[in-house]
Amino acid sequence: MTTFDYAPAPESRSVVKISSEYGHFINGEFVAGANHFPSINPANEEVLSQIALGSSADVDRAVKAARVAYEAVWSKMSGRERGKYLYRIARILQERAREFAVLESLDNGKPIRESRDVDVPLAAAHFFYHAGWADKLDYAGLGHAPQAHGVAGQIIPWNFPLLMLAWKIAPALATGNTVVLKPAETTSLTALLFAQVCQQADLPQGVVNIVTGDGSTGAAIVDHPGIDKIAFTGSTEVGKAIARAIAPTKKKATLELGGKAANIVFDDAPIDETVEGIVNGIFFNQGHVCCAGSRLLLQENVAEEILRKLKVQMAKIRVGDPLDKNTDLGAINSSAQLSKIRELSESGGSEGAERWSPECILPDKGFWFAPTIFTGVTQAHRIAREEIFGPVLSVLTFRTPQEAIEKANNTPYGLSAGIWSEKGSRILWASQQLKAGVVWANTFNKFDPASPFGGYKESGWGREGGRHGLTAYLKSSQLSHKEGGVNEDE
Amino acid sequence: MKFYGLVDGSDISLRNYLNTLSGVDQIGAEARAAMLATRSIKTTAKSWAIETAISMVDLTTLEGADTPEKVRALCTKAVRPNPADSTVPSVAAICVYNDMVDIARKQLDLIGGKDVAVAAVSTAFPSGRASMEVKIQDTQDAINAGATEIDMVIDRGAFLSGRYIEVFNEIVVIRELCEGKAHLKVILETGELVTYDNVRKASFLSMLAGADFIKTSTGKVTPAATPPVVLVMLEAVRDFHEMTSHRIGVKAAGGIRTTKDAIKQLVLVNETVGADWLKPSLFRIGASALLNDLLMQRMKIRDGYYPSPTYVTID
Repeated sequence: MTTFDYAPAPESRSVVKISSEYGHFINGEFVAGANHFPSINPANEEVLSQIALGSSADVDRAVKAARVAYEAVWSKMSGRERGKYLYRIARILQERAREFAVLESLDNGKPIRESRDVDVPLAAAHFFYHAGWADKLDYAGLGHAPQAHGVAGQIIPWNFPLLMLAWKIAPALATGNTVVLKPAETTSLTALLFAQVCQQADLPQGVVNIVTGDGSTGAAIVDHPGIDKIAFTGSTEVGKAIARAIAPTKKKATLELGGKAANIVFDDAPIDETVEGIVNGIFFNQGHVCCAGSRLLLQENVAEEILRKLKVQMAKIRVGDPLDKNTDLGAINSSAQLSKIRELSESGGSEGAERWSPECILPDKGFWFAPTIFTGVTQAHRIAREEIFGPVLSVLTFRTPQEAIEKANNTPYGLSAGIWSEKGSRILWASQQLKAGVVWANTFNKFDPASPFGGYKESGWGREGGRHGLTAYLKSSQLSHKEGGVNEDE
Repeated sequence: MKFYGLVDGSDISLRNYLNTLSGVDQIGAEARAAMLATRSIKTTAKSWAIETAISMVDLTTLEGADTPEKVRALCTKAVRPNPADSTVPSVAAICVYNDMVDIARKQLDLIGGKDVAVAAVSTAFPSGRASMEVKIQDTQDAINAGATEIDMVIDRGAFLSGRYIEVFNEIVVIRELCEGKAHLKVILETGELVTYDNVRKASFLSMLAGADFIKTSTGKVTPAATPPVVLVMLEAVRDFHEMTSHRIGVKAAGGIRTTKDAIKQLVLVNETVGADWLKPSLFRIGASALLNDLLMQRMKIRDGYYPSPTYVTID
């Protein structure tokens, strides 16, 4: 060996036990499902398990269990007691962190470095954070003794399966709601392991119910009359369908939808950290991030230098086995998603943008897509407007700060944005102009349970996390949205 | 071309040049270094890294209590780090104070260590607080005694008060003394420069003035060769190579005590400037205790178990 080639460093999968078949988790126990579909490892197309396809009867049972648990136990329990369960769940997540990380990487395709260092610690942090709120809701600025909605129906995506579960379940439980949650069709396994954690924590039966399935199962939750509140994270298309479905009902909803974030680089940016931040912004989690920095806006006078350095950095991205501790970019979650990424990328080429990827050897089996950038992109290109949800970056340029803001805001989405500049006044100015729920300065894709997250425009309704996130799970008759700081109609 | 054609040696041109450098975001640089520290280096890669790290060590003793015997013992260790295993490579250099240079050179030559260099710390090491005459004499003494590497310190006081041209001129003078006789390593003492912006600026200043190597620290100040500091210096070296096609070396010194620390440094090199720099002519690790840990890890890989610490020599 004459060069520093990193030998394979795979995390052992012996820490996880996957059953050949799973049912639903209803009223504190696992119940068999009637029909099943396979859950596969996207890195090699191995069938990991058979997942139950939830019917409307399954959903009905789960909602009833959640209602009974709400009426009989959870709504009567003091906040302090609820908090104890949340703390317990948080600690168990930490204790079983490696198991969750390995399972998440197997089922989702994300690198173990990310599931180990980001997904699982943040999931535990969400439970810890909300555990602290459970007995302090009187002091959350929502008036005296704010009331829970009742039963929350929660539908989560496949990009951060456990983390999105935590974002949904932790605030719901802390505020006194009970839950029927449906994980995404392709990534149910960590939710089912979480069901075991609920048992381990002696969580009262029916407080958390997990029904697996596909879009029809999700629709059954949305349409069920026993649901008081819908919390959905996923595509804008499905979000709109949910909004239509619940419009004639009394159901409340929070929707966390798509994005096409602008990552704006001014000419006084710290170059090396900016390049690293661009890479993290779009290639983190294979670009399967609703707030990904998928539109890079470069000030023209530094565009060449940034692009040159970006390409050098992209060539160092280690693509491959998600369980290898040195992998930076894992597998695309599903063949359907891979087709979508391919289709949009091809449109980029045919519409005249210039495509570039570093040389990288992709595995034969599984779903893979090399990190890709498009230069010469204009606002009219599909790849500048539509969410690709993959490791594909569209690069545009601008000449003045005003132009950058105009281009950044010229999208139906408004979930996140990034600013790179060493000048504090410019950062403050730009962050006020950007129509985005989250604005990062000199960093990207940073999450914290104390910080509210959510979108403007077609990126969604409401906020998750922080004090603002509590308002989504509490009756707010005595509270105007403005006071709650939630800017829902922007 | 003098000063690579980038500055003309005047105060104003140096200032203008340093002002063109982009800033370093502290949080971003530290996050990058922390991410690279998670690289898992196993089996064949670990063996290669240990072997390479040994060959990059500047085995150092810089104590008031140094004696000829102590230095001779260190020389023996430098040439043959593990007396029981001749396959272990020699280290790159011995690093000592001026008065030990002659002793070290003679001992190394005597025991077949002609390829092991002798580095002398210079210019009123470690503080750099002396007149230019003294600094010149200090360096001249070391070269006369046979040092082929000069580890000079910069005047941090001058740098921090913005007198960049003074720092620059000192390096230029010492560089001229070394010309054709010794490699020049310029010690920035990053623990006293504190900010990464300063580290980047001092790195460029030193490279422009003629450094063959830029070195983090004297080892007398903490923090020393932290991963983010080394990262920022490697980025400077990489950018300088892009502009001038000249390869400047980096020496990480101070606080690197374990094999794990050393491997983290090699990962930084590999993923910042690339494999070209993974050789003793372009990357060095200044250390003393580190060598024994590298040797123990090497034995562990060979034998499958950790040896008793009595199997490595204490000098």
